[in-house]
Amino acid sequence: MSRIEATFEALRAARRKALIPYITAGDPGPDMTVPLLHALAGAGCDILEIGVPFSDPMADGPAIQRSSERALKKGVGLSDILGMVREFRTKDSVTPIVLMGYANPIEAMGVEKFVAAAGASGVDGVLVVDYPPEECGDFAALCASNGIDQVFLLAPTSTDARIQEVARVGRGYLYYVSLKGVTGAGHIDISDVAAHLPRIRAASKLPIGVGFGIRDAASAKAIAAVADAVVIGSRIIEEIEAAGPENAVKRVADLIRPIRAALDS
Amino acid sequence: MQMYDLPDARGHFGPYGGSFVSETLTQALDQLREAYELARKDPAFLKEFHYELKHYVGRPSPVYHAKRWSGQIGGAQIYLKREDLNHTGAHKINNTIGQAMLARRIGKKRVIAETGAGMHGVASATIAARYGMKCVVYMGSEDTVRQVQNVYRMKLLGATVVPVESGSKTLKDALNEAMRDWVTNVDDTFYIIGTVAGPHPYPMMVRDFQSVIGEECKVQVPEMAGRQPDAVIACVGGGSNAMGIFYPYIKEEGVRLIGVEAAGEGIETGRHAASLCAGKPGVLHGNRTYLLQDANGQIIETHSVSAGLDYPGVGPEHAWLKDAGRAEYVAVTDAQALKAFHDLCLLEGIIPALESAHALAYAAQLAATLPKDRILLVNLSGRGDKDMHTVAQRSGLKF
Repeated sequence: MSRIEATFEALRAARRKALIPYITAGDPGPDMTVPLLHALAGAGCDILEIGVPFSDPMADGPAIQRSSERALKKGVGLSDILGMVREFRTKDSVTPIVLMGYANPIEAMGVEKFVAAAGASGVDGVLVVDYPPEECGDFAALCASNGIDQVFLLAPTSTDARIQEVARVGRGYLYYVSLKGVTGAGHIDISDVAAHLPRIRAASKLPIGVGFGIRDAASAKAIAAVADAVVIGSRIIEEIEAAGPENAVKRVADLIRPIRAALDS
Repeated sequence: MQMYDLPDARGHFGPYGGSFVSETLTQALDQLREAYELARKDPAFLKEFHYELKHYVGRPSPVYHAKRWSGQIGGAQIYLKREDLNHTGAHKINNTIGQAMLARRIGKKRVIAETGAGMHGVASATIAARYGMKCVVYMGSEDTVRQVQNVYRMKLLGATVVPVESGSKTLKDALNEAMRDWVTNVDDTFYIIGTVAGPHPYPMMVRDFQSVIGEECKVQVPEMAGRQPDAVIACVGGGSNAMGIFYPYIKEEGVRLIGVEAAGEGIETGRHAASLCAGKPGVLHGNRTYLLQDANGQIIETHSVSAGLDYPGVGPEHAWLKDAGRAEYVAVTDAQALKAFHDLCLLEGIIPALESAHALAYAAQLAATLPKDRILLVNLSGRGDKDMHTVAQRSGLKF
């Protein structure tokens, strides 16, 4: 059983919902990522998504764009990020880690080399935003043989046929994009999300995480009522941005705790 | 090359092309692919498209024998395909008409576009005005400065121009921002991509709309010169004018196809935009193709005197034609392009776009090595009015 599966099974048994934060690796600095990951796990997060910065993050809104630019200015690359995961794993062998990003940095490293190194470093899942199922057959096979769950996105625009296809190839969990838009957009409609999820449940037994546009305890709790996991990204990035390097770790933990409490209440 | 029928059903040209987009856009691309498949076989659609090209754009554009310039070079004869004489002043309008007609067919009332030099933005704003559509154009903030006249042209035509401040503030970032708009407004918005890049079906569709250029040449050049040219030469940024003139010639094995990229300050300086000559394959903007990138797979900033060539990728069909050996790709520097620009002004009374001046510069180099009975056909893809500021500045002048 993969770490991600085990995590969801334990949560189900405890009747709890997963809280999944997203931070961009290397923001605000390369040495901040591991402390931030430990702080997030300590504050009650269940699975950690680490963004691999890319120069052209087409699916991301301004907050994640800025965080990527900050990380790239510090020269953070994919092999540095795998090093951060290895460092995190020396103190935490339980919390699953999912790398999220775009295809080109992975292809520049070489997909075989990346998947093997990611597996060896303790990465549990990979979500490549611009790898739809029909373009990544080889990558999917490599992930499977290296024990990495490939997570796919579904969107409000996904047709039933598309949901079936993604359900067939997805592993770990399905990531439902709550709205038509980029990350951090402000127009999430919870009843619309609730209306879409039954179509996905009918096609797959995988847990469903919902992200894009969740910003506080109230929206997290409302989404958790219909989904298995809540993903929060841009809001955390904004907190890191506002806090500055000295206070980022504390402020991020302070942001997460009430959200965790709301999910458990 | 007898069996050239690319791309495949999913938009692949060998290992290149495809559809690398986030899930939200998949359904919109499926809809577009289906609509285009029907339209390209629909006589009524094609009839209207050709009516627009004839009566609104002013096609066919002439082929012109640049006799004085050829004589001065002293080698092969250079013929120019005069896309600069089209309505709006470049080849871009051919494609925007086709895509705007498709947008109308599938009921989208808002169109968006990215633009570098501003020519595609102007062509999109133009057709949006004519069809009564709302038009938003994304343009890198650096380009809005160097192409300020085109910004005003778009505004006159009723479009909203959004300066893009992210990344390198040029064409690639305008494309990112247009994609973000499309994801957000996918229900009512049609994205008019200006070049033969992006996810399937754009590279194929834009090529098809632009291939009127080469189709006309195949008739016009033999009428004037008695035979087909020895080589067809076009500048390549994203590569739409080049694909448009190359495509009908791919099966003509005796015709060399030569794409000319922007070497900027020189490829050895690293300050250039020559993706095919100096890049490596990767994935950007929805397709796999040659890209200018660093060792970590980050896209690097490009440099060219011409905003329209200032792009770190290239259409996937060019990537395929390069690997297959059917087309050759070379690069010329800013300085070489500027010399050709001035030569054409002074010897032929034609002010070319700086983009097209790259093709002219290479044609002049090649012509000098060939006998006088050889024929080179150059796609003069646009006129240079938009470049007055840039050229004047380079010459130390101010308006």
